[in-house]
Amino acid sequence: MTITLQIDGKEVKAREGMTVLEAAKEAGIKIPTLCYLDKVKPYGACRICSVEVERKGRVRIVASCGYPVEQGLVVRTRSPRVDRIRKVIIELVAPTAMVDGEVAGEIKKLAKEYNANIRRFKSRFRAKPTRCILCGQCVRYCDEVVGEHAIGFVGRGIERRAAFFPEKARACLTCQACFDLCPTGKIPSETDFVVFDGFSVDDYLAGKL
Amino acid sequence: MAGKRISSPEGLEQLRKGILSKRDPNKLIVSICTMSVCGQSRGSVDVCKRFKDEIRHAGLENKVDIRETGCQGFCEREPVVIIFPDGLYYVNVKPDDVPEIISTTLVKRGLVERLLYTDPTTGKKGAKESDIPFYKNQMRIVFGNNRYINPRYIDDYIALGGYSALSKALFQMTPEEVLEEIKKSNLRGRGGGGFPTGIKWETTKNAPGEPKYVIVNCDEGDPGAYMDRSLMEGNPHSVLEGLIIGAYAIGSQEGFIYVRQEYPIAYENTIQAIKQAEEYGFLGENILGSGFDFKVKVHLGAGAFVSGESTALMSAIEGRVGEPKLKYIHTAVSGVKGRPSCLNNVETWANVPPIINKGAMWFNSIGTDGSKGSKIFSLVGKVNNTGLVEVPMGMTLRQLIYDIGGGIPQGKRFKAVQTGGPSGGVIPEQYLDTPIDFDELTKLGSMMGSGGTVVMDEDTCMADTARYFISFCCEESCGKCIPCREGLRTLREILTDICEGKGQEGDIEAIEDIAAVMQDASLCALGTTAANPALTTLKYFRDEYQAHIREKRCPAKSCKALTSYYIDPEKCTACMICFKNCPTEAIHGGKNIVHWIEQEKCIKCNTCFEVCPPRFSAVRRISGEPLPPPPAPGTKVIREKKR
Repeated sequence: MTITLQIDGKEVKAREGMTVLEAAKEAGIKIPTLCYLDKVKPYGACRICSVEVERKGRVRIVASCGYPVEQGLVVRTRSPRVDRIRKVIIELVAPTAMVDGEVAGEIKKLAKEYNANIRRFKSRFRAKPTRCILCGQCVRYCDEVVGEHAIGFVGRGIERRAAFFPEKARACLTCQACFDLCPTGKIPSETDFVVFDGFSVDDYLAGKL
Repeated sequence: MAGKRISSPEGLEQLRKGILSKRDPNKLIVSICTMSVCGQSRGSVDVCKRFKDEIRHAGLENKVDIRETGCQGFCEREPVVIIFPDGLYYVNVKPDDVPEIISTTLVKRGLVERLLYTDPTTGKKGAKESDIPFYKNQMRIVFGNNRYINPRYIDDYIALGGYSALSKALFQMTPEEVLEEIKKSNLRGRGGGGFPTGIKWETTKNAPGEPKYVIVNCDEGDPGAYMDRSLMEGNPHSVLEGLIIGAYAIGSQEGFIYVRQEYPIAYENTIQAIKQAEEYGFLGENILGSGFDFKVKVHLGAGAFVSGESTALMSAIEGRVGEPKLKYIHTAVSGVKGRPSCLNNVETWANVPPIINKGAMWFNSIGTDGSKGSKIFSLVGKVNNTGLVEVPMGMTLRQLIYDIGGGIPQGKRFKAVQTGGPSGGVIPEQYLDTPIDFDELTKLGSMMGSGGTVVMDEDTCMADTARYFISFCCEESCGKCIPCREGLRTLREILTDICEGKGQEGDIEAIEDIAAVMQDASLCALGTTAANPALTTLKYFRDEYQAHIREKRCPAKSCKALTSYYIDPEKCTACMICFKNCPTEAIHGGKNIVHWIEQEKCIKCNTCFEVCPPRFSAVRRISGEPLPPPPAPGTKVIREKKR
């Protein structure tokens, strides 16, 4: 069934079951993402893809990667409210993602686009930067596409980490699919490709992650 | 146990008659709260044991029954002993008081005056619950039966009319009529959100997909809140009965009770309740001979606050990590294993049997336009009568805190009340006359929440309060989404800095910026509401934040880094009390020598301030101004000569 919705003032046709992000993508409208990966299920962790949706006169913010298209839905991918969300999210996540005081890749691009001050909360960040924004692309790709479950999440809240399970990680020798996915480059630069020393569940339990 | 099964409504009534006929209404019953961790922690188990020993010793076993119950509400005065049928009410009972209660009250039917409740403000004594303001102003629809019930003993519940609502629903009403009754009652979810229960049931009922599930959310975890625990511990059958009725209305044959791991007695009592209900045939196949089947499993939580969130709770039931999922379809439509799943809080389910028994009209006669019925609150903090209270909606916060709570201890000034737990916010004095109502509390920036009510007095710092709740959420966030995880981390650091005198210009704006983004963009309700304590304290007490940041002053004189202790040499009488109580030996002086505090050694534990006799009030807390110099060493106290 075809669904018609409006994105940034433009009529967009979509199929039932699609998300707003997918519909926008097909219509050539760009919505930024950090945790989205088209080969795996939507996850909704980075919230950078937040957009304004209007339905029956009610406006709310939703994560476009998970919000299903609906007939007559009005979507705004840019607005002062949306831009503020994206700016503050980049500012909040930048201290974790930093290497030598700088961010790279998509985060750098977004910081520029949304005028985010990546050093705004740096003095308040007292933990060790992990260079991981917990987007979970590695974890989900390994679970859902590779099927090895060699890397997973451990811990909760600000203690949450992605870590390799050494007994599973033998498969990694030949796979390494997550190396290219990692948006901060942490995985390829911090693993030794063999035993994942310093990046494993054991390291987490030993308090080293 | 096959012989126990009841297979008709008449059978249930016969069973009830049988139970009642064996009970002598004039027999003495000693009711003690031993099935609640708070009663236990105050020594109720020892009191109960002493009663058992002494009653045996006195040969009174046939004349006196002991009823071990769950929480009876007035936790401040535990161990409480209530003696029925008169309803005599003894507070703060110690094991050594037991022989006197037995000889005076149980044998001679007299009063032990010294164990009666004394009103701290009026000095009046009360012999019965109805004489005690704490109880007099309550309306205990769901919580009142706790004192009559041993929760491990289903017959106690049946004796009070238990499972009659189930029988009525199954035999006198269609599922649609039950649903309609709940809708008409305007019951709203007691877990926090206040969503209309009937609409939720209807959504699950009408959603495509089988099987459908009904679930009890007993993952309560707000700081200072224990309503659900006390209901689950003290009257598990009321929740179970509500759940079975809900299942019948919705068309569900399978339910779950999610009990958090930290509630061992609630868990144990729930397991027992299910077992006993199965034996009588209130659960299982062909319930009461109606043809309706329903079974229920208990799921023990694994220690995560966030598991109380609906998608997280359902993930946990499925055996996966209890963290919230990205979902824009309600769990009422797609929940456990993608099936329609109706999740209600403990207290919501417990409201169902009385509504079915007494009708939606009755329920609608209580409360405000938008909020019907009663609500249980755990009244804690700086209030004279702490405990669990159930009040009709519409009662004002002032009545709750002053009429029931007995006001603020030590004549201090009320400052604010935190409602709704870490997702709620503070409400200042000017709004004390606000009625308790889902929508009214939300308008103030707080919320009803599940019922945690923390009262704060003039000595409570609002920035520190925000820091406390934000830290709580920071530790309890699952860490999945950036706004919640990093927002809480950053808010906690900013608030800690402010409380330590390291706040900077722009911090208030930064808090507001982060809070707005958390509210808008977090994945689940933990994140969208977590900043509320910071936002409401800023809304109502902005000047306190500014004093911390600009003047390095804590107006409540509570933040340690910004407060110093000083003994006024003019007022000190060298009584040695603070001198002896100081844990770090920071206080110098001696007999007849004016005391003074060595600031380097002082850990600001507040002990000297608390122990200095009020008639001297020599210890002062100073914040934001320079500390006066100590007296010259060896300064003697000048005393007025006695005539």
